[in-house]
This record gives sequence, C-alpha cells and structure tokens, in this order.
Amino acid sequence: MQFFFEVLIGGLLSGVLYALVALGFVLIYKASGVFNFAQGAMVFFAALTFVGFQEVLPGWLGVEPGGAAVFWLALILACLAMVVLSIATERIVLRPLVNQPQITLFMATIGLAFFIEGLAQGIWGANVRGLELGIQDEPIAWMAERTGIFISSFDVFAAVVAGVLVAVLAVFFNRTRVGRALRAVADDHQAALSIGIPLQVIWRIVWAVAGFVALVAGLIWGARNGVQFALTFTALKALPVLILGGFESVPGAIVGGLIIGASEKLAEVYLGPMVGGGIDSWFPYFMALLFLLVRPEGLFGERHIDRV
Amino acid sequence: MSATATAATASAASPAYLALNNIEVIYDHVILVLKGVSLQVPKGHIVALLGANGAGKTTTLKTISNLLRAERGEVTKGSVEFEGRRIDQLTPNELVRRGVIQVMEGRHCFAHLTVEENLLTGAYTRTGSRAEIRDSLEKVYEFFPRLKQRRTSQAGYTSGGEQQMTAIGRALMARPSMILLDEPSMGLAPQIVEEIFEIVRNLNQREGVSILLAEQNTMVALRYADFGYILENGRVVMEGEARELASNEDVKEFYLGLAKEGRKSFRDVKHYRRRKRWLA
Repeated sequence: MQFFFEVLIGGLLSGVLYALVALGFVLIYKASGVFNFAQGAMVFFAALTFVGFQEVLPGWLGVEPGGAAVFWLALILACLAMVVLSIATERIVLRPLVNQPQITLFMATIGLAFFIEGLAQGIWGANVRGLELGIQDEPIAWMAERTGIFISSFDVFAAVVAGVLVAVLAVFFNRTRVGRALRAVADDHQAALSIGIPLQVIWRIVWAVAGFVALVAGLIWGARNGVQFALTFTALKALPVLILGGFESVPGAIVGGLIIGASEKLAEVYLGPMVGGGIDSWFPYFMALLFLLVRPEGLFGERHIDRV
Repeated sequence: MSATATAATASAASPAYLALNNIEVIYDHVILVLKGVSLQVPKGHIVALLGANGAGKTTTLKTISNLLRAERGEVTKGSVEFEGRRIDQLTPNELVRRGVIQVMEGRHCFAHLTVEENLLTGAYTRTGSRAEIRDSLEKVYEFFPRLKQRRTSQAGYTSGGEQQMTAIGRALMARPSMILLDEPSMGLAPQIVEEIFEIVRNLNQREGVSILLAEQNTMVALRYADFGYILENGRVVMEGEARELASNEDVKEFYLGLAKEGRKSFRDVKHYRRRKRWLA
C-alpha cells in the first residue's frame, strides 16, 4: 500500500509539470482559438535562454557564476525574451493570418515550433545542460520517517509553483478587466470588437502570458530532466492532458495533468510488467483516445451552448 | 417628394450629429453593397433605417462603427462625420471612446460569461473608478430589471429577449452618446419587441442618447422613431419624418403590407419600382 501511494503521489506531482505546459496551450486557445503547437518549443526556448544567460552573464558582468544576482538577472532576461518572442510571434505570424481557416493557423504554429527550436539552438548551442534552481531533489526526510513514503521535495516545490500560478491566472481571468475582456474575446471576436475591446492588444497579452507560463514550465522541467531537445517531446504530453481536461479550461489543464501523471505512473508500475514495460510513453495518448470517444469536450471543456 | 422636403427641413432645424455623406462600400473588392448612401441623425433623436434583407442596413451601421474591415468590406467613397469631425479612419476602440457604439444584429452576447460579466465587459474602454462602473451597472439594471434577476446566469442560457437586453445594456456600460442598434426585434416575440422598444425610447428620452436603428420591422420602428430612411439595393429610396413615412401610400403597401384597395398583384411591383427610382 505504501508503495502504491508513493507511485500515486509521484505520478500526481509529475502530472503537475504536464499541467504547467498544458496551461500555455489553454491560454492561447481560449483567447484566440489558435492551437499553438509551438508551446512545447517555447518551453524549450525559455529553459535554454535561462540557462544560456546564466552561462554568459558572469562573463559579461565579471562576477562569479552561480550567484543569486546572476540567477535573478538571468530569470528577468529570460522572462523578457519570452515576452518579446511571444509578442513577435503574434505580430509577425498570427496577425496576418487572422480570419484564415483553423488548419492554416495550426500549420503556421507547427512551422513556428520548428523555427523556435532551431532559433534557440542556434543562439545557445545544442548541448545538454543542467539547470539548477537551488531546490533539492531528495525525499522529504520527515515524511519518509513518519509514513515511509518517499516524496521528493522538488516535486512538492513544483506543485506549489503550479498551484500559485493557477490561482493567479484564475483571479486574472475572473476578477480583472483585462481578464474578462480576454474571455469575451474567446467567446465572440466580433462582439468584443464592437464594444471597443482591441483584439490585438488582448492577443498580445495572451501570448505574453503564455510565454511566461512556458518559462515557468521550462525552468521546472529543465531542472528535473536537464535542458535538452527532448523537452519539446515531453511538452507534447500536454496533448492528452488537454483532451482529458478540455481545451478551454484552466482547471481542466490542472486536473487533466494530475490524472495523466498519476495514471501513467501507476500503469507503468502495475500494468507495465505484463506487457514488457515502457508503457508510460504511450499510455497517456491511449487514455486520451478512449476519452475522446466518451467525452470529446473533455472534463471541464466548455460545451457549445446551443439554444434550441 | 414632400416627404424628402420635410426631412431636409427637419435635419436643417437640428444640425446633424452623425452624418454619412455619399458612402460607397465594396465587399471583397467586387461586390458593391452601398451605392452612395447619405443620411443624418440629429442629436437626441431616434432615426430608423428601414429596408428588406440585403438592402444594406447592417453594412451602413458597420460603416459607421468601422466593423467593416473585419469582414473584408471597404469604404471606397464618401465620409462619415460625428460631431462635425470625420470618424471614418477611427478603430472601433477609438469610436467607442468617442461615444459611438454598435449593438450587433443577432445579439452576440458572450455566451460563457454571466449576464453581469457581459455588462462589465462593456465598460472596457472606460477609465473610471470601480464605484463609477458600479453606478452604471445599477443604472443598466434600472432600465432592465430583468437582467438584475438573471445577473449570475450564463448569458448563453438566457432567453432571446434577455440576450438582446444584455447586448443593449452592455453597450450602455460604455456610456455612449450614439447607439447603432441593429435589428433588435430579430427573432423575438412581439410582446418582447415592444418591451425592448419602450426601453430604447426611455433611454433616448431620459439619457439623451441618439439612436440609429436598423429594422426590418417597419411598423414598430416607425412608431418609435422620429425620422426614417428606406434603403433598397444600397440606395436611400425614401426619407422623411416617421409619421409621414408611416402614412405614405408606397410604404404602407410595400413595407407595412397595408394596401389601399385590397391585395395587389406582383405586376404592380414593377410599376412601384419605376416610381420609386424616380423618387430617389
């Protein structure tokens, strides 16, 4: 039983990471109806930029590497870079494509994904790097002593970060003028335009926020698995999360992430041995497929309101 | 002819607040939708823009509110003036800030937002304090008591009448001085239509909001409006005081469905069209 809980909790916590990436997809999809395939590339770009700045900053400033100043400066610069990248994407790629069919936009973001990956590696190089956030990835001692369950303090940290991020976003969407405008734009572009909501400003804000979310996800993923190209594939785990949770729902992204994280680990441990293991790489997609058949709008997805 | 003359004198008496001069609109670079439309809305009045489907009513309103560009429409000729200044190059956002707002045909509420959230989005362009916006919200609820009851419902699940009220209330939140109201009666029961028009008149009288109203429901529109324009195929074919239009024989026949001596055959339509072209 202890082992079961350990696997379950470990799964849930890694699910939080999936949820973080999924959040970025949800934001943009919600506000502009664009399925941004490049979100994974943005996560990779963010992590690589942060690590890159951490490497070059000491040289530029003439200070010792690994200091707090370098860390925060790199964080701020990476944040700025993400905002610039996101806004540029909106401005250069998506705005000229307004009013084009969904599939055109989708193809554009696929192209964008490869471009951003290339750009990131072009600037910072392609070698695998470690990312140090200063959080220990070790079991929490008192937890292990009392209950015998080993839970990494890093996973707990990631969960807290994700929780805070979601809470902030929820308040932003539901309580602020811009957040409301954002949801309004998601519902009906034309009507939003007619009451004076400037669509382009709103889209820019959404992309910037998605860029920021990608940075947070990139830092945590990077610290866990190292900053490398494979990050972009891990980010694709967000797809089953979205199908499960619903494309338009922030809470859906979180719950979907948790379910995917937990189920893939449990499946790997309990079902894996029966089929020779290694099922955690495809099990989430399989679940998503089943889910699509039963509830295509996802757990929390907004149903289309049709009055009959 | 006499109707035209009266309208001219009427708008001469109270200077035009909103004026369209010889507007021509082309969609997709080829389809000529408006062929030189000129009209005026005097301050504090309700002006009805009448005509059948496809006559160009919505296009006229969208020309003013500049929502055309989002639909590949383009104004190729003419000018739009509001308070004596040209507004045809302004974005919808700037227009709303100036006080010109459109309530779109088909209501277009934000389905997943609550009624109250819908109303609050209308205050997007305002910079006032929370208290001021609260005040406006209360005022909208005064005009539409029904909305207050439904404030926490998702707009998508409210009735057609309530959605129309939400759409108008949402526009009011921007504190406009000129509302372009497109087909508010669409798909609503006659009783609700009356209710909504009563509120519109109230708004006009109590708040002094000027209204340009596009309607297919000629009968109701002419009862509430001060002036009327009749559009056909992208041209103004008749204009005049609402009362006079309502009693005009041609209007009676072709827009109100009231014939003088029994029902006429379609052969007479041709004759009517000839006459009308001459009128225009």
